[in-house]
Amino acid sequence: MTTLLPTAFTVAEINYWAILPVLIVFGGALIGVLVDAFAPRSSRHSIQVALALLTIAASFGALVWKAVDNKGATLDGAMIIDGPALFMQGSVLLLSFLSVLLMAEKFSSAGADAFTPMGAAVPGSPLEAAATRAGWGTSEVFPLALFSVAGMMIFPAAGDLLVMFVALEVLSLPLYLLTGLARRRRLLSQEAALKYFLLGSFSSAFFLFGSALLFGYAGSVKFSALSQAITTAPADVEGLLLPGVLLVLVGLLFKVGAVPFHQWTPDVYQGAPSPITGFMAACTKLAAFGAILRLAYTGIDADRWDWRMGVAAIAALTMIVGSVLSVTQTDIKRLLAYSSVAHAGFILVGVLAFDATGVSGVMFYVLAYGLATIAAFGIVALVREGSAEASHIAQWSGLGKRHPVVAGIFALLLLTFAGIPLTSGFTAKFAAFAPAIAHGGTTLAVLVVIGVLCSLVTAFVYVRVIVLMYFSEAQGEVRALNPSVLTTVGLAVAVILTVALGVFPAPVLDLANQASQFIR
Amino acid sequence: MTNPYVPLLFFLAIGGGFAIFSVAIAPLTGPKRYNRAKMDAYECGIQPSPQAEGGGRVPIKYFLTAMLFIIFDVESVFLYPFAVAFGGLGLFALVEMVLFILTVFVAYAYVWRRGGLDWD
Repeated sequence: MTTLLPTAFTVAEINYWAILPVLIVFGGALIGVLVDAFAPRSSRHSIQVALALLTIAASFGALVWKAVDNKGATLDGAMIIDGPALFMQGSVLLLSFLSVLLMAEKFSSAGADAFTPMGAAVPGSPLEAAATRAGWGTSEVFPLALFSVAGMMIFPAAGDLLVMFVALEVLSLPLYLLTGLARRRRLLSQEAALKYFLLGSFSSAFFLFGSALLFGYAGSVKFSALSQAITTAPADVEGLLLPGVLLVLVGLLFKVGAVPFHQWTPDVYQGAPSPITGFMAACTKLAAFGAILRLAYTGIDADRWDWRMGVAAIAALTMIVGSVLSVTQTDIKRLLAYSSVAHAGFILVGVLAFDATGVSGVMFYVLAYGLATIAAFGIVALVREGSAEASHIAQWSGLGKRHPVVAGIFALLLLTFAGIPLTSGFTAKFAAFAPAIAHGGTTLAVLVVIGVLCSLVTAFVYVRVIVLMYFSEAQGEVRALNPSVLTTVGLAVAVILTVALGVFPAPVLDLANQASQFIR
Repeated sequence: MTNPYVPLLFFLAIGGGFAIFSVAIAPLTGPKRYNRAKMDAYECGIQPSPQAEGGGRVPIKYFLTAMLFIIFDVESVFLYPFAVAFGGLGLFALVEMVLFILTVFVAYAYVWRRGGLDWD
């Protein structure tokens, strides 16, 4: 009889400097849970905000100070800290820092913040009303967001399918909860959370089943072993490869919201509290594209001639459906949701280039898109009619006259989404499309043409909103709330970086280029 | 022993034999007095009929209990193989396990402080 288990375990080599940024975020999240357990209710919110910001800053410090010099595979290859992983982790930290600033907004008047006073109370119940009167807030959002950030940092650095799956769950589970915590329109928010959870678990199951098939094919969950197995091509289990690859890709494409796995996007973006929507749209997309790059470039790249056409078709569909459906939207958050679907398609084109320049283009794109998205949803949270967010587009008419700064920033962000030259959106599209044309052959050239046409369609949508804000008469009592210092700083940094990435993209592009080499 | 699966066959036979023997012997030897409880489904949870008050709803509070149970269930799932293999693992594994248990207790402290253990 053979023994299945080795008699002695070899302890995996751990490079603690390389994973220190992730450990710091996990530690901060755990302390955050304890703060929520023991700190008095009155000071919880401020402690949580300070703790979350400190944690993210410390993690970023550890990343820049130590992790960049400790590249390589660690934890027996379970995590691979290389250029793309570090770039993605740094970007996640930057974007989540800005998101936390926006989540912390309380607008100096009671009940104006984005989060429900008591998530466990039934919407409209006396319990909820009592919690509102008492002025409670959901300070759990900050530890939850930190847990999610930790998952997002592991996601693009995962060295095998299992770690990638665990990271996927760690980043998703807090997001499902956060989605259901909106203060206003509670039922819509809870419905969104449930939809997100059900469809998310569905896609996780796809990912897991695909992983099982790939494990059967390669005899290991590691990307390096998978890549090796594809080159040696074991004939007897060959049939497991393509279904496995496709199922795993379905799981990941769900997270970026690619058509036909995008159905959750508009509902969830609309139902979630606006700062959470921004966080989710920016950071999840970034982390998920990091994971897709890792899988596509280091795991299943040798097999790409089998699945590339499928993903190309998905990219084309994503761009077309996302941009065409954004034309018909009347809710500003749903509009931004469909625009994010279209953007996912644009980014997929860059992924398919299969070249280091494609990697850096994608990384630049997700960073630029993330900054603009966080700022856009920050603005959406400001514009109110009564106490509710003015979500219908018609309510935004004439905003340019009443609130020129808010409308001006939003117009700039919309132009960025549209990819007008001199904005970061243009640089990003160029960085993603140029490698696709240079290295992708006819297929990708066709995709780029589709991408440019779809950009035109979405540009029409954005310009329509701008026209509405500046050239229509104001209706109703729509006003923009005065943001506190934190939000002002968050919005200002996001907008300034968006402008800077458009006008002087070279430093970040260089950084992305230097960081574009995967370690296998 | 020629085949390592022979003991397994014995095990199967003894297990099956015990079940059949128990079921067969009970009607022969047991007293037969009527009792309402004997008409119920055996160890199958909540009675399906008659329908309970409020449409047979279960209080949502059980949900929290179930969640707490899962937390500590997962902990014990990890603790068993750890305890079995501890001899070969050394100090590193001990530190890791202490960290893991501490993490679980963070969740426990949160639930305790926020009133998750109060039934009403």
